[in-house]
Amino acid sequence: MLHSPQQLWLIPLLPFAGFALNGLFGRRFSKPVINAIACGSVFLSFLWVLKTLSALGAFSGGLQESYGEHYYTWIQSGALNIGVDFAIDRLTSVMLMIVTGIGFLIHVYAVGYMSHEGGYYRFFAYLNLFMFFMLVLVLGANFLLLFVGWEGVGLCSYLLIGFYFLEKFASDAANKAFIVNRIGDFGFSLAVFLIVIHFGTLDFNTVFAKVKTMPVETSAGWLTAIALLLLVGACGKSAQIPLYVWLPDAMAGPTPVSALIHAATMVTAGVYMIARSSQIFLHAHGALNIVALVGLATAFFAATIGLTQFDIKKVYAYSTVSQLGYMFLGLGTGAFSAGIFHVMTHAFFKALLFLGAGSVIHACGGEQDMRKMGGLRKYTPITMWTLACATLAIAGVPFLSGAASKDLILESAYEFAPWMYWVGVFTAGMTAFYVTRAFCMTFFGEYRGEISTAGHGHAPVDAAHGHDDHAHDDHGHDDDHGHGGTPHESPLVMTIPLMVLAVLSLGGGFINIPKFLEPIFPLHEGESAAWLEWTASAAGLFGIALAYFFYVVAPSIPESIVSTFSIPYRWIYNKYFVDEFYDATIIGPAVDGSRSLLWRAVDAGGIDGTVNGIGSVARRIGGFLRRLQSGSIRSYAAWVVVGSILLIAYAGFSGGAK
Amino acid sequence: MPPLPFPAAAPLSWYLTLSAVLFALGVAGFLFRRNIITVFMSIELMLNAVNLSFITFSYKLKQVDGHIFSFFVMVVAAAEAAVGLAIILTVFKNRQTLEIDELSSLKN
Repeated sequence: MLHSPQQLWLIPLLPFAGFALNGLFGRRFSKPVINAIACGSVFLSFLWVLKTLSALGAFSGGLQESYGEHYYTWIQSGALNIGVDFAIDRLTSVMLMIVTGIGFLIHVYAVGYMSHEGGYYRFFAYLNLFMFFMLVLVLGANFLLLFVGWEGVGLCSYLLIGFYFLEKFASDAANKAFIVNRIGDFGFSLAVFLIVIHFGTLDFNTVFAKVKTMPVETSAGWLTAIALLLLVGACGKSAQIPLYVWLPDAMAGPTPVSALIHAATMVTAGVYMIARSSQIFLHAHGALNIVALVGLATAFFAATIGLTQFDIKKVYAYSTVSQLGYMFLGLGTGAFSAGIFHVMTHAFFKALLFLGAGSVIHACGGEQDMRKMGGLRKYTPITMWTLACATLAIAGVPFLSGAASKDLILESAYEFAPWMYWVGVFTAGMTAFYVTRAFCMTFFGEYRGEISTAGHGHAPVDAAHGHDDHAHDDHGHDDDHGHGGTPHESPLVMTIPLMVLAVLSLGGGFINIPKFLEPIFPLHEGESAAWLEWTASAAGLFGIALAYFFYVVAPSIPESIVSTFSIPYRWIYNKYFVDEFYDATIIGPAVDGSRSLLWRAVDAGGIDGTVNGIGSVARRIGGFLRRLQSGSIRSYAAWVVVGSILLIAYAGFSGGAK
Repeated sequence: MPPLPFPAAAPLSWYLTLSAVLFALGVAGFLFRRNIITVFMSIELMLNAVNLSFITFSYKLKQVDGHIFSFFVMVVAAAEAAVGLAIILTVFKNRQTLEIDELSSLKN
């Protein structure tokens, strides 16, 4: 179907204009101007998405095929032709709506959240730049443009994690995120090279059309290689085992950043990329199975870690890793549309969880340790009710958004392999438990913080629990609002986005994304057994009830469990010592090898030695030759004479000039 | 071959010997005299010694190249004399000396 030009380029360019304005001149703007530019540009972009989608008929049964626009040829080299092309299909539409819609809400929220922070314009400039790259990522019509967006969001993630760059842990976390992502990006770029070699193009439509005509690979071939390398990239960006370690540390950034980048949008880029490349994965079954296994393992292990954390943002961070694992499980078992559906519902409730957590942190004057919260339902009713919606949604209460998408994934897992379904259901129970635990520790009971001297809770780590992992975990580093006193509700500019997201979290499951995505990912035939859904929901409800019982009704039970199972508890509390394991096996040898071998031996000894050696030899020869430069003209002339006599003598003895 | 306009009384080797002697004198003057102007004149002497051997060979080989070269040498020598004398004048104005051994301030 032909459409008139839609000016797709406006969608990413609007936030970019916001970035340019705020980034270049923001220092001189007043806060209202910065707010208007930052939020306005994203809102305009959102409106343009709506306008484009309705013009293309996405809301009325149209947009069955991909609609593309070509702007100019970027790289022309031999047969390889890479253009700056944007394209919209139904998958892109879902992502566009999530990115611009949720992005706008989080921008509005950030206006309130960041109001006391330094570097205000810098924050919003980065946020807008992130929106630009994320939109390029989802709009790009070839792998290279996708990669541009992919790297760009990585850069913005780095900048925003390290937003409080004067604090060492923030810049360390930023470096960690950036370096771990490099590993994934390495895999991704290798995949792109392989695609160029085997297909001669990077254009999505051409590549996938060619893949469609090829036989499904049963043993490992190069399609499997491409798929696995893409998976490495996705594991880096979407925080899957073994590259998930950066995401929990990424919580060092401001909370709106955690909500936007490290929960709702950027970390789902890996899911989007795999869904986009579904043709390749469907033709490489081995790789698809690995996607499912990685997803399931990540969902399970991250959920167990989430059970034990006390930093409210850490709980939600591990929850994000775990939910991303569900998405990979959906993709890996062939339910691509369910995976994307979960991207959307997860964006709703996880953005809400993070924003709510931000509101709680704001209320407690920068405290992030849940052991210092409690009883907040008296002080922050709006935050409590909205967070309750998100908690119920992620816990998988029937008819709410989380259940709708998670059940689809679990059904698909059951058909793939029943044991995966059972692990998934168990994980769903754990999910419900830890989010409810966080909710109860925050809002029920009595307020455990210091009423009078709150503000910047640098409380010592609770020695009774005998843990001392990253000391900074327990510091109220995120926010420096500097107001103490009793906890208080956040301003309207923060609570209104919470309310909108709460409505979406409750009702988002009724947006039938799998039906919408049918032109791309064919719907699964046949009905699944109803008991699959009910079992999953029951697990969720059981988790909620158990957490409520443990943390509200009988708060002494968790401690006795902890002391009974202290060894596995410490093992899990310290995140299975994965960071320490990586330190010992990869980072330590790499650093030591770099220092003693590459730096001292190769660089200082070999390269510098060669250069300095050549220099000193030249100096010595020069020192000898400088004696000839006596400064006396007559001695120069004598040299000339001697030289010519020698030349003539040579010519004479060797038989004369011919 | 038409007869020469003058008797070839002196053999060619005499001209070449004269040229060599003049050149050697020029070299010696250049090396051992201290006054810049004398040194300069020694250079001119060397150039003209070379001119003489050019002409001699040109005459002997019946080729005009040697003549042309000697004209070139004269032109260059004239230009060089103009520049060189100007430099010598300036040097004398600034330093009040023409002693070549004292004009070594560029060293170090």
